[in-house]
Amino acid sequence: MRYFFSFLIKYHFFFLFLLLEIFSVILIINNNRFQGSAIINATNHFTGSLFSGANNISEYFNLASVNRELSEEIGKLKTISFDQNAMDSTLIPHQDTNYNYISAKVINNSTNRSSNYLMLNKGRKNGIEADMGVVCNEGIVGIVIGVSKNYCTVMSVIHKDAKISAKIKKNLQLVNLIWNENSYKKGTITDIPTHINLIKGDTIITSGFSFVFPEKIMIGTFDKYKTKMGESLNSAVLNFSTDFNSLNYVYVIQNINKKEEINLVKDSQHE
Amino acid sequence: MSNIITRNIIRFIVLLLIQVLLLNNIKFNGYLNPYFYILFILLLPKETPKWLLLVSAFSLGFGVDIFMKSIGINAAATVLVAFIRPSLIKYLSTGKDIEPNMQIGIKSFGFRWFFLYSLILIFVHNFVLYFLDIFSFNEILLTFYNILLGTIITLSLVIIIQYLFYNIKMKK
Repeated sequence: MRYFFSFLIKYHFFFLFLLLEIFSVILIINNNRFQGSAIINATNHFTGSLFSGANNISEYFNLASVNRELSEEIGKLKTISFDQNAMDSTLIPHQDTNYNYISAKVINNSTNRSSNYLMLNKGRKNGIEADMGVVCNEGIVGIVIGVSKNYCTVMSVIHKDAKISAKIKKNLQLVNLIWNENSYKKGTITDIPTHINLIKGDTIITSGFSFVFPEKIMIGTFDKYKTKMGESLNSAVLNFSTDFNSLNYVYVIQNINKKEEINLVKDSQHE
Repeated sequence: MSNIITRNIIRFIVLLLIQVLLLNNIKFNGYLNPYFYILFILLLPKETPKWLLLVSAFSLGFGVDIFMKSIGINAAATVLVAFIRPSLIKYLSTGKDIEPNMQIGIKSFGFRWFFLYSLILIFVHNFVLYFLDIFSFNEILLTFYNILLGTIITLSLVIIIQYLFYNIKMKK
């Protein structure tokens, strides 16, 4: 035993190195799970308050572009309300009211890694929970994975583990959206049935079949096929409509009937 | 002695803040972050106890990790850099007369020594970071390109900081 300890002490540098590396690798593996790790949740409050402090300074530089986006958005909303007044309102299907939109500000964002996250300045206090969808005016953004009292962490759509149910607008065919490109401007759509012929510019939207995103949220447009030999379903590159590099204000989507929907699915699976 | 400790603690905090608040938002070539915080490990006094070297490397890497939500990746890379540092100093310093309390930097060790030392450590750091982040050997050429570019950018920053802060006289 004495020899063992003196051995440990003699080579303590190597053993401590080994211990710390193994610990890091365990952390990496745990963190790679889809739901995010306990550490992200536990440190959310701390990192969030630092980022929001820094954001107070940097947001002044974006005021011009934020103003422009807001006025464009108002313009769009005015057009919609004008259209609805002009037409007989009974002819228009009822707006989907299962969803609440909570506006939030992006206080930290990354686009250049293979796992990209955002941080928003709204948290549990504002009704945000894990697994809520996040969108912006241009389109889809991500899914909430960690919440603290005042902040939440969002897994971006441009994350190597993100997978989102989508459909092709013109023929409502279901596809899946993943991200394995090197650019934040491009995503990949997989599982496209081979008889479907897409042309450049075809719109891809959310399917509404997950509990996270409502239907018909813009994702992007078809760019080109990239099917490999021997695959039975096509895959393709798409251009995101969202500019992930310039996100500023986003909306967190609260699905009011989510619990009911999930319970229904569970019940039907039991039988 | 306590002066050196305080200076290093301040350097730790300042580099961590610069990394997460400033440099993580700077993207060279569209997507490359300089991982400049490694300067802390480069400049630690060479008499630092080895266990402290590893523990401070881990805390620095982990600190950067919790802000980048990449738990473990920076910690692993930084600990590896700390592990090879003592052997590298020994290897590079053979045949060089080194006084016990010499500060690591261009001023006392010379440009060639410091350049090689930083180059190797920064390369190892970037190498581990990019491979752990991507975690695949697809597009290995692109990964290598990123590693090389990242190394060059961080190395340039480290050398520039040396000339800015340490009053080195340029050789004529």
